[in-house]
Amino acid sequence: MGYLIETIYFVAAVLFIIGLKRMSHPTTARSGILWAGYGMVVATVITFIHPQIHGNYPLMIAAIAIGGGIAWWGAKKVAMTAMPQMIAIYNGMGGGAAAAIAAVELLKDHGQQALPVSTLVLAVAGALIGAVAFSGSVVAFGKLQELKFFKDDAKFRFTGQQKVNAAIFALAVVLGLIIALSHSTSGVLISVFFLLALAFGAMMALPIGGADMPVVISLFNAFTGLAVALEGFVLGNSAMIIAGIIVGSSGTLLTLMMAKAMNRSVSNVLFSNWAALGSGEAQAVTGSLKPMEPSDAAIQMAYAAKVIIVPGYGMAVAQAQHKIWEMSKLLIERGTEVKFAIHPVAGRMPGHMNVLLAEAGVPYDLIFDMEEINEEFSTADVALVIGANDVVNPAARTDKASPIYGMPILNVDHAKNVQVIKRGKGVGFAGIENALFFADNTRMVYGDAQKVAAALIQGIKDLG
Amino acid sequence: MEIMKQVVEFFSPIYILMLAGFLGYEIISRVPVILHTPLMSGTNFVHGIVLVGAMVALGQAQTPTEQLWGFVAVLMGAGNAVGGFFVTERMLEMFKSSKGQEK
Repeated sequence: MGYLIETIYFVAAVLFIIGLKRMSHPTTARSGILWAGYGMVVATVITFIHPQIHGNYPLMIAAIAIGGGIAWWGAKKVAMTAMPQMIAIYNGMGGGAAAAIAAVELLKDHGQQALPVSTLVLAVAGALIGAVAFSGSVVAFGKLQELKFFKDDAKFRFTGQQKVNAAIFALAVVLGLIIALSHSTSGVLISVFFLLALAFGAMMALPIGGADMPVVISLFNAFTGLAVALEGFVLGNSAMIIAGIIVGSSGTLLTLMMAKAMNRSVSNVLFSNWAALGSGEAQAVTGSLKPMEPSDAAIQMAYAAKVIIVPGYGMAVAQAQHKIWEMSKLLIERGTEVKFAIHPVAGRMPGHMNVLLAEAGVPYDLIFDMEEINEEFSTADVALVIGANDVVNPAARTDKASPIYGMPILNVDHAKNVQVIKRGKGVGFAGIENALFFADNTRMVYGDAQKVAAALIQGIKDLG
Repeated sequence: MEIMKQVVEFFSPIYILMLAGFLGYEIISRVPVILHTPLMSGTNFVHGIVLVGAMVALGQAQTPTEQLWGFVAVLMGAGNAVGGFFVTERMLEMFKSSKGQEK
């Protein structure tokens, strides 16, 4: 029995690896998730006959049905734009599950076969990391979902915050070590330990601004992987160890890559915040906002030789990607060169815009990363910014006091003309004014991105 | 020989740890930006394997408290696995539509 289960776990681990490998290439990505899915199914099914399971089957099946059912419904129902927060919440569940496994193992009276101290230390470490990933991910979900309670980052900031957080963390670690070293199964001690860990995760995530959330979610994803691996060691489960460590290491690398794309270190994201970053008052923005009708914008683009489109979260919210591509096709038919420029952190996650443009059918060879296209803005007649804000704010280059100073941006302001499609006059996710919108060569096209795109299509068609 | 066996037993998890760690690094490091979000979602699904550990933990639970936490673990583990799968699948489904779209 043991050999059979270990063999199946081994097969599952291999399937996960093949799946992830296939997911790392666009043409095979779709089959990759299926491979990994088969791995998960065989591992789950075989676990029902695991020799260490002595009962509680009804509870097990009920839990799988309820948890899986809700998650299935949620994953099917949400809009594509809400995907980042769904990743956050499912990730939090994984962390919570790892922590709950640790809770069972710690609370249980193992009798004669008491777990060795080293195993208990691993269990406690996994519990701590899992609980932090859980509460942190829940906060990240709340922020991305723009729930009212989480909306105001500033209200969660107070002086000495990092010291308080460090103290909570230290207390949780000490308590965890006491539990492990004394073989304590005291419910009170273990409860306090978990509460401290949960509090630390929430306090860590609460003051972080929404714009930094992708990095934070990615980090918590890596945390969960690590927590799963640690609990895998406790249970002697090789599938959990391998899968957990792979996620832990790939998640860490992904986090570093994202942070680098924003020109910020991970510690900078975690331990400082936008408000505290700027060394003084941001430079006052001069000039005025100059509105433009969609019909005029259409004419300007129709007679341009080269148009670069810069999509942002606003395009995602309005689901405007199909209309934008339809418009682009009209321009291409007229002989205009159209390119799409994607900032690494446009939207709410790296690659978010690529996914949406792919959905609309935009070919890969028209989509360019920031490094590839940034030089080209000076040769573009029109740069069309659709609901992007902070990633095109020239203050990142020039204004040392700006909270986003130093972040690489798309040099949209170098284009001859800039058109900005924007819902209203509000500020971006970083909460700051954008000097680009006030520039002499910028015109504002107000309205919902999808409606504006429809108007632009009409405008271009009217030209015949 | 007994001592060698113990040494091997001690080191084999560490080897797994190291190899799996490098593997994760390799898988991600050559990925185009376009796939970062789906891949993050995919790795999110893969750590849903925590479900099998949760099942074992619940299967061993005896007292009501242990059963409660075991139940919570399975519930959340199943949520992670199922939710992670369908979110990733939906995301990757779009890549299908981007191929051969020249009408």
